[in-house]
Amino acid sequence: MTRKILISCTLFAALSAVVLMAQITGVITGGGAKPALALPDFRAAGTAAPLMATFNSTLFSDLDKSGCFDMRAKSLYPLNNPQNPQDLRPEDNHQGYALQDWSGTPVNASHLVFGYAAAVNGALAVYGNVYDTRVQNIPSAQLIKQNYAGGLDEAGATRAAHEFGADIIAKFCGGAGSLLGSRIYFVSSRSGSDEIWAMDWDGNNQKQLTNLHSLSIMPAISPDGSRIAFTTYAKGTPRIMMIDSQTGRTLPFYNQEASLNANVTFTPDGKQIFYASSAAGLEQIFAADLNGQGFRRISHRQDIEAEPKINPKNPNMILLVSSASGQEQIYSMNAEGGDFQRVTNGEGEASNPSWSPDGQHIAFSWTRGYAKGDWNVFIMDIASRQYIQLTHSEGRNENPTWAPDGRHISFASTRGGRSQIYTMLADGTQVTQLTRQGTSRMPVWGIK
Amino acid sequence: MKMNSPFRAKPFRANLALALFAVLFVAGCSKKPPIPPPPPPPASSGGGPVNNNSSGRPVVAEFTAEPSGIQVGQSALLRWSVTGANDISIDHGIGTVQSTGTSRVSPSVTTTYTLTANGTGGSTTATATVRIVSPPPPPPPVVSDTGNRSKGTVESRTAELQDALFDYDSNNIRDDARAALTSDADAIKRILIDFPSASINVEGHCDERGSAEYNLGLGDRRASSARDFLVQLGVPADKLKTISYGKERPVCTESTEGCWQRNRRAHFSAGQ
Repeated sequence: MTRKILISCTLFAALSAVVLMAQITGVITGGGAKPALALPDFRAAGTAAPLMATFNSTLFSDLDKSGCFDMRAKSLYPLNNPQNPQDLRPEDNHQGYALQDWSGTPVNASHLVFGYAAAVNGALAVYGNVYDTRVQNIPSAQLIKQNYAGGLDEAGATRAAHEFGADIIAKFCGGAGSLLGSRIYFVSSRSGSDEIWAMDWDGNNQKQLTNLHSLSIMPAISPDGSRIAFTTYAKGTPRIMMIDSQTGRTLPFYNQEASLNANVTFTPDGKQIFYASSAAGLEQIFAADLNGQGFRRISHRQDIEAEPKINPKNPNMILLVSSASGQEQIYSMNAEGGDFQRVTNGEGEASNPSWSPDGQHIAFSWTRGYAKGDWNVFIMDIASRQYIQLTHSEGRNENPTWAPDGRHISFASTRGGRSQIYTMLADGTQVTQLTRQGTSRMPVWGIK
Repeated sequence: MKMNSPFRAKPFRANLALALFAVLFVAGCSKKPPIPPPPPPPASSGGGPVNNNSSGRPVVAEFTAEPSGIQVGQSALLRWSVTGANDISIDHGIGTVQSTGTSRVSPSVTTTYTLTANGTGGSTTATATVRIVSPPPPPPPVVSDTGNRSKGTVESRTAELQDALFDYDSNNIRDDARAALTSDADAIKRILIDFPSASINVEGHCDERGSAEYNLGLGDRRASSARDFLVQLGVPADKLKTISYGKERPVCTESTEGCWQRNRRAHFSAGQ
């Protein structure tokens, strides 16, 4: 009897995880089957020619890492490929100038991406096209015809590839489109002290934002990407500091009297912050204006409370980490601190909740199934409380942060030794390391 | 200068004047102590006797300060006796005086008083100095353990304080932490006696296993628990400042229970 229940419970949990994984795959691909993309290399003449290797590898990588395409192997492609729409013919006997040469075996692509580039007036011009290979009428098969310009150098080629890739991802993958322009803010020790840093979504342009020579940690990014709030010991005790995310300039912020003000998060409308403060003698959740004024206590309990995180689609649903049931677990409460319920099931220790942009899922860190301190990244469907595990004990995996596109997650991992920042798809695949210097941790993903 | 304290009792008054003479006017050559001689004459005068009745100048039989050394706020008595003068005055605001008299003075800095006596045959001056002496050092602090220790610095003394250790995810004061903090409370009180303006940071630390965010709150609680315990034992609360470092400043970094235990601590450091 007991065993039967156990088996059916296990079965139910396993099935639920499958359902959730299908849901996540749907989020990643924008629903439906993954488009199968054929992407023959773009070519160019003259001074643009040496830049094409960079362009082609960047475009392929962006489309591949988006997770919403089945990238067809180049070794299967026909001998020829169209470079502009005039090259397309209704029939080409598998030589490559007909769409059906790409839709049929062995390529089996549903879509063909092609084009070329040229040096025009000292700039790089890229002419990009995307066609549905399964549509008979050539003009009707055209989905994207767009020109891109960049500097006549490696950076220009990279930028043009990112922009074309972003348009293709936006066309096929739904959600908030591509990651282009988004940035990841994080803590790095590489300058000698823990400072706040910024980098592009792909790890490029890593840049130091603070120079406080203290301990500056736990950054939060405002919904519009303009402000970073973080916790710093620059004045002795842990306090909140607010800076401009693009310039690093300090913005006015009033810290209420307390031994500890930390763990800031912004409200979805960007007009308030929530944070943890010991102003009442023990760490509890407070809210305040962006300049720290008008602060008020939200929760009134006797437990340690940290990491408030507000549902981006429902400001009355706030997640937090609390010791109410012993070891740290994720709880939810309403905007007045009431309706306090545990979200994680009490196993192990759970922390670092991060909302998906649609407010339906959270990514979080959990030691469930492992020893204390062996954190892994999980995601959970907040309505059903079903969860799946994305990392599997390769080092400590902490501080997941959902990307603005809803398909990617960045996190910190010690899998390579010291903690570094990684990204992956929300199904745990396509893990990519972004940082390599010093110790890098506590990433947050902003729209810019 | 050894002229100060030994000469304060009355039997030594003659010695006092002698000392004054010896120290201040070695070149003056009077054979009649305790009469203080005048300052040396100007170089152009060619010198002359101190008291020369035949000249018709007044004679200053006595001009003394008693005691000659005082602390700020105390007073000394000027005493004088003059003959053969028409008018007598003392500077530093005392003004015209009778031929014999006393005046109580309490200067705040070492002051030399000059008495000027004018007679028909000329004038005679005499001086008396009241010195301001430093207060004696306070008695040494009472040290309960075997003495012979120097005060050191707030930093070195704070570094000797024992950490209070905690269980995982707990801010309860264990028996071993109770013993450590009880000893620390006495040591901190002694530090505050030696360095009345010192303040002590009570740092709360955690091991590496909990999340960094939660551990800031846990470290804050550990620091507060340790502070509250010390305050119960009489350490002034306003001398203790709590700082949580969570797991950001570990004392060791091995992933072993031994190291984790060392990091689950309240630790002390010198305040600003």
